Amino acid sequence: MAYSNKVIDHYENPRNVGSLDKDDPNVGTGLVGAPACGDVMKLQLKIGDDGIIEDAKFKTFGCGSAIASSSLITEWVKGKTVDEAMTIKNSEIVEELSLPPVKIHCSVLAEDAIKAAIADFRKKQAARAATGQAADARQPRAATGK
Amino acid sequence: MAPKLPIYMDYHATTPVDPRVLEAMLPWFTERFGNAASRNHSFGWAAEKAVEIARQRIASLIGAETPGEIIFTSGATESDNLALKGVADFHRDEGNHIITARTEHKAVLDACKRLERQGCAVTYLDVERDGRVDPAAVRAAITDRTVLVSIMLANNEIGTVQPIAEIGEVCREKGVLFHTDAVQGVGKVELDVESMKVDLASLSAHKIYGPKGIGALYVRRKKPRVRLAPIIDGGGHERGMRSGTLNVPGIVGFGEACAILAAEWRGESARVGSLRDRLLAKLQASLDEVHVNGSLEHRLPGNLNVSFAYVEGEALMMAIKDVAVSSGSACTSASLEPSYVLRALGIGEELAHSSIRFGLGRFNTEEEVDWVADLVVDKVRKLREMSPLYEMAKAGIDLGSVDWSQNAH
Repeated sequence: MAYSNKVIDHYENPRNVGSLDKDDPNVGTGLVGAPACGDVMKLQLKIGDDGIIEDAKFKTFGCGSAIASSSLITEWVKGKTVDEAMTIKNSEIVEELSLPPVKIHCSVLAEDAIKAAIADFRKKQAARAATGQAADARQPRAATGK
Repeated sequence: MAPKLPIYMDYHATTPVDPRVLEAMLPWFTERFGNAASRNHSFGWAAEKAVEIARQRIASLIGAETPGEIIFTSGATESDNLALKGVADFHRDEGNHIITARTEHKAVLDACKRLERQGCAVTYLDVERDGRVDPAAVRAAITDRTVLVSIMLANNEIGTVQPIAEIGEVCREKGVLFHTDAVQGVGKVELDVESMKVDLASLSAHKIYGPKGIGALYVRRKKPRVRLAPIIDGGGHERGMRSGTLNVPGIVGFGEACAILAAEWRGESARVGSLRDRLLAKLQASLDEVHVNGSLEHRLPGNLNVSFAYVEGEALMMAIKDVAVSSGSACTSASLEPSYVLRALGIGEELAHSSIRFGLGRFNTEEEVDWVADLVVDKVRKLREMSPLYEMAKAGIDLGSVDWSQNAH
């Protein structure tokens, strides 16, 4: 498999590898994929009270394209609002990394990881609002998953 | 000090031509270019004589009684096709049943698939957890319609060596022909077609330090005399079983490769086996959850197929790009299916995705093994730090209990 230079760069120098505290109410965690399929991505977003993504960390089990796709999206989502992050399309990842057709599923997984992390964040925020702790006026609309 | 890069550890895929083999071949391209079938001048006679010497050397390596039992082909894929299709076609009036195993090479399995479409019945035997075929399962599968059993000598992915002598015994007793794809095993482990009661054996030169594009099918001549229908028609070369002008330089190289092995294979297998053991010991000393796929006891000396749990195989190959190896990971195949051989062992798909095949051979050194082991240990650690599965496993989460179906594609 011949990879693009961008894939190799992200693979060899992955950005934002690591974990955030999954119990932090401002952290949304998305875990997508399955070991049997050969790809599992964990994406964590730390989202400020203003709805802006302050930090992003990932861990990925998968091929070079899967690792590069996850690394790329952590760069892309930082500084975006959750609503902006929700609009990231897998086709943009494919284009940026020049992924071949056989690796398109890696980009789909990365898009799903963003959506899953935001859904988790929104669920936490909704639960928090419901229990009356630290109700937040700017909290994104109630989440129902993706 | 790093050894010369890149390092080749993919000897199951192919091997370099031994310089001694190349030297033997060279004259047969230029000044001795004759057609071995030219019966009326010295160019042809010289070529024919060289071919017969090579035939003798190949026959001798595998314990065949006469050189005439060696039929030259373009390679082992053709040999497998000729054995299966040739026997099935010739014996179609007596039976139509073939027995093989799930872990055979695609040249056997896909030839069987075609025969099924043409009316044959094929039994694909399961293998044991260590990759071995149970001879009793062969016996139980034989019916009065069975014409051929085809079980490989050694597996190309996991290196598992099959109980050929026991299976040969069963087949001879039942009066069924026995073919073995001996490509990976010949010159590395024992193969004696007489004592093991093998009737047909596929061989390839490029797996044993000979040239690509030349192979052979051993076809037993006596007790029993094996009959098969050719799949290539033409000038009636090779006792009518395989027409086509002989590849004389290739055949000379094949013969030379076999002569070298006849003299050296035991020592070479011992040396390569100790390199393999050294590699495994180093990996297991520094990493947890290194799973060996297939039998360690019944195994090609140069084969090490291991799964590094929680690390995807293709990602690891990318990380060790100065080392040529193979993976059973789906990501290295166009089909996105993990290795059918590993799955036939009952290995979970996640471990199949994590497998790497190291194939050691004649020109590997201890220095290379040590350097590769250190590199792999370092990269597996890095990839595990990046792996959510490793993190979950270390946190005590049973990955088997996680409902991945919500997330799966």
